[in-house]
Amino acid sequence: MNITDIVAVKNLSKRYGDFTAVNGISFSVPRGKIFGFLGPNGAGKTTTINMMIGLARPSGGTILIDGIDSVKNVKKVQSIMGIVPDESNLYDEMDGFENLCFCGSLYGMRKEAREKRAKELLEKFDLTKAGRRPFKKYSKGMRRKLTIAAGIIHEPEILFLDEPTTGIDVESARQIRQLLLFLKQGGTTIFLTTHYIEEAERICDHIAFIVEGNIVAIGTVPELMEMVSHGHTIRLAADTDLAQLAEELQAYFGECTVKTGTDHTVTIISKERIALSPILQYLDRHGISVFEAKELRPSLEDVFIKVTGIEAMELKKEKDKGGMGR
Amino acid sequence: MKTWIAFWNILKKDINNYYLKPPNISWGIIFPLSWTLMQIIRSSGGLNLSEIREILPGLMAMSILFGTTSMLAVTITFERKGRSFERLLLAPISLGAMVAAKLSGAILFGVFNAFVPLIFAAFFIDLTGIGWGTVLLAVLLIAVTSTLMGLMIAVSAKEVFEAQTLSNFFRFPMLFLCGLFLPVSSLPDFLRPLSYLLPLTYGTDMLSGAIIGRSMLSPVVCTIILLIFAAVLFTFCHYNIRRKWIV
Repeated sequence: MNITDIVAVKNLSKRYGDFTAVNGISFSVPRGKIFGFLGPNGAGKTTTINMMIGLARPSGGTILIDGIDSVKNVKKVQSIMGIVPDESNLYDEMDGFENLCFCGSLYGMRKEAREKRAKELLEKFDLTKAGRRPFKKYSKGMRRKLTIAAGIIHEPEILFLDEPTTGIDVESARQIRQLLLFLKQGGTTIFLTTHYIEEAERICDHIAFIVEGNIVAIGTVPELMEMVSHGHTIRLAADTDLAQLAEELQAYFGECTVKTGTDHTVTIISKERIALSPILQYLDRHGISVFEAKELRPSLEDVFIKVTGIEAMELKKEKDKGGMGR
Repeated sequence: MKTWIAFWNILKKDINNYYLKPPNISWGIIFPLSWTLMQIIRSSGGLNLSEIREILPGLMAMSILFGTTSMLAVTITFERKGRSFERLLLAPISLGAMVAAKLSGAILFGVFNAFVPLIFAAFFIDLTGIGWGTVLLAVLLIAVTSTLMGLMIAVSAKEVFEAQTLSNFFRFPMLFLCGLFLPVSSLPDFLRPLSYLLPLTYGTDMLSGAIIGRSMLSPVVCTIILLIFAAVLFTFCHYNIRRKWIV
């Protein structure tokens, strides 16, 4: 375990009879970073999280959190963890303020300390007005925000979030992402599972893809992008004879590959970085008007498709049923 | 100190969220009250005040049994279903302390239930001569063992209705086997061993000894047996929670 890592998982596995939910995975989470754990439904994400937080017993392997064996000393480790499950699991009968105070008390916080912190969190999450309303009357987004607030009331060193923005409105999801980045700035390590690839791309520093209980790719976001990046690509959309334009561009930019698309576009692919301005100047000199010029970058979704083998059509189906992407 | 803060707040939360709710308070009062009235009216075809003292141990034990077993089983199953119970499992306090906090609310509710028939009886009969120390101890031990039986049910049930069905499955046969209505000595021979396997038999016997001066065993023996029952049930439940809820 590297001293900069807060989590070190080695050969972790979980079997239910003949079924292997998690198959000897190993990874580490650097301290103070956001670590995304991505995979399709049933890949083993929640099982892994449950083993890390102490809700499930591993069939094999070790989990060290802050240097402590979390299987043997689960209660010691739980004191530095914040946990936000995929469903809001606070108490419907209690109001927002009472829920937060109760969660603080579970971590041994004294009355004054937990009340002060609860007020701070309600304000931070824009829930002050709803603080005295019963939890059962909260909207989905508000429930989610209060559940996250409950997860951080004791200022944990590491926060586990299972699908933090699933099923909530765009504004609440944006607020949650901002809050996660704010927590990271404050030094909190965040381990999150998400179905939303774009969300992971936007906020995560490190990402692991898990499929059928195996980690199929792991690394920083730029490292993962490298897996699908085969040079630089620029796409132009112009209202002209595209075949001729492609020919001219190919002749002028000899080291590039130029292809025409079906949607009035021409794509220029180069191993080296291509600057947009010489291309635009060239087109301008030849009187060709371009109505769109864009550098195409590989996305994490491309990486996902490559490493999981899930085809675009299947990915779309997953998205439609609330699975991957957004 | 941290464990104590968590323990106290779990107990306080359960009392406020479940036990102090109007339906439960009314259950805690109406159930023992209606049984008391029923027994009074039933006896000799009319009101026979001298019989109130005779039926008091049985009514108190029954009130505790009904108050504790279903309440704990239902509240835990309800929290597990809503996943709020996970919060307690994930709190950095020992499983034993968390379970003890959950049990405490139901035990207090059981003790409250036990005193409803007693207070009601005080309006009709003279309660002098009762061994109050033994009564208190018996009430507490019956509440503890009945609550633990409720926990045993909660560990087995996944749905609230399952918890209720299982509670009744245990409770109604117990009413007839533990000497509440019929003395254990008058039960058929083949049923008597079953009576001695039930903690309520010893609790009722302690209460009978303290209230009407008639018992099979000494209160010390009953106390020891009930403590053994409590320890065995707690260990069994603790083991099962670890095995079933942390899979």
